[in-house]
Amino acid sequence: MQLKRKKINIQIIVKIWITINRITKRVLYYFIMVFVSISLLFPVIYMFANSFMGEKEIQKNYGALMTVNDSKKAEPEYMSFKLIPDPVSFMQYYKALLRSPKFLQMFWNSCLLTLPILLGQLIVSTLAAFAFSKFKFPLRNVIFFMFIIVMMMPFQVSLVPNYIILKKLNLLGGYLSVILPGTFSTFGVFLLRQFMISIPDELCEAAKVDGASSMRIFLNIILPQCKGALASLAILVFIDNWNMVEQPLIFLKDQAMYPLSIFLSAINGNELGIAFACGLIYMIPAVLIFLYGEKYLVEGIKLSGMK
Amino acid sequence: MKIKTKEALTGYAFASPIIAGFTVFFLVPFIISIFYCFTEGIGTLKFVGLKNFNSLLHSSSFLLAVKNTFEFNIVCVPLIMAISLLFAVMLNKKLKGITYFRSFFILPLVIPVASVILVWNIMFDQYGALNKLLVFFHITPVEWMRSRWSFWILVIVYIWKNCGYNVILFLAGLNSIPKDFYEAAYIDGAGKFACLKAITIPLLAPTGFFVFIISIINSFKVFREAYLLAGKYPYKDMYMLQHFMNNNFYNLSYQRLTTAAALMALFILLLVLALFKFEANNGRSLDKGAIKKKKNQHSNNS
Repeated sequence: MQLKRKKINIQIIVKIWITINRITKRVLYYFIMVFVSISLLFPVIYMFANSFMGEKEIQKNYGALMTVNDSKKAEPEYMSFKLIPDPVSFMQYYKALLRSPKFLQMFWNSCLLTLPILLGQLIVSTLAAFAFSKFKFPLRNVIFFMFIIVMMMPFQVSLVPNYIILKKLNLLGGYLSVILPGTFSTFGVFLLRQFMISIPDELCEAAKVDGASSMRIFLNIILPQCKGALASLAILVFIDNWNMVEQPLIFLKDQAMYPLSIFLSAINGNELGIAFACGLIYMIPAVLIFLYGEKYLVEGIKLSGMK
Repeated sequence: MKIKTKEALTGYAFASPIIAGFTVFFLVPFIISIFYCFTEGIGTLKFVGLKNFNSLLHSSSFLLAVKNTFEFNIVCVPLIMAISLLFAVMLNKKLKGITYFRSFFILPLVIPVASVILVWNIMFDQYGALNKLLVFFHITPVEWMRSRWSFWILVIVYIWKNCGYNVILFLAGLNSIPKDFYEAAYIDGAGKFACLKAITIPLLAPTGFFVFIISIINSFKVFREAYLLAGKYPYKDMYMLQHFMNNNFYNLSYQRLTTAAALMALFILLLVLALFKFEANNGRSLDKGAIKKKKNQHSNNS
């Protein structure tokens, strides 16, 4: 009898110990994850919080950022992380959106560069991906291999060649000098080909037997199945080009044509007061896409990693 | 034969826009630039043989840039792969709220660099917030951007930005491993670490291969952050090959730039060829072999 009771006691203790162990593990897990998440989100939260500060507060907090290079102060004033604005002010947004025509112009410039590239690349790469996944032609694999290599190269490698060609074609300085090379980026072909390969060839064969032309097959069979992949590509291309800095800096001659990314990276003392709001507004399209298109973004990334 | 030619022609027709664009904006210019590597002066071309290569290989700034770029890759790529694999394993569970955590990993990917560069600046400035923290704890402040730390700042920014991409790829890879492998191993009495060693890592090798390539590609893109943080002439530890090329472009030394670009392109080409060769030889057999081994073990035991 006693032996039995002892056994039960031990069982209960072991059970409790296991539960405690599990709970500690879980708590530790969530603790790590929350910590990592906060550090990942920190820059965004920081921009958001600071965008509601008044100009005086910004100058007081971050004035050192601009004056450091001018003179060596005897007693440096350090900047501090400040997350809670005091008082909350919409001054930055008001100034950026209504009092600073330059800002809106540059936001528009960003759109003027990104949207044509997006549209162009979608059209060009769907057509090409169809060819590379469903037709056999001489040099097909060689060309595709070149596409992949070019895709991997940093922008600076093709800087001079691009510059020379754009000059020859008399495009230098205009928006087309950024838009055209961007349109013919080979990433889209690579990504969509990955997807189109998974569409069974039998579908195309059957349509061909029924007398459909290649264009019909493309429009009626392939395209409807590619909707998701196209959305993924669109998101990836948008993010990549919205982020663009080097190309416009080099190929555009007129500063009035620069996109917002360049403006933001070269912000100086006078504009520091609106910098946070500008940065945040610039983020908004990307964040919206993330919120509504996260599924497609994830699919696109997965697709890029498939073989 | 006729059908074949027709198919080829249709294929070319659909591919013609990209082939034309690719030829005009990448292929032809690239051939021209290779031509420049062996000549002197853009206006009047004079053949000089390997002189450009020779002077480049003796230029200290080029060697510094090559050294830093290599160093950055050697440090960053294994580091980001380990970190993202760790988080992918941690996120590959069915727990409450886990989808939010996954989303937070992806967010830095979509945030434009230019928007958050201000935050990095405030953090790492000589009189920045991080130094204030150090002073508060009575530690001597560090000149983050003017010391060895600048290299590590670049590493941190790179990992912050690119970790999510790799986590997604690893997660997809982890999901493609059949669950019954783990069950079989569990029945056999294998621990968590043994599972990781015998099942997860070998079966994840193909994904790992791709993540490796993507990490290298993305490491070239970190120039944008470096450029926005520290401008054209950063501290010597941050000076990458792209800085070298970019600066030579502005100094109009096109020969040096194209020569450096050709060398870099050649290196990437060889790297990719070697990787694919390696993958074709080892990768496939590795993962098929692993599956077979597991299956055999399983059937032997049951």
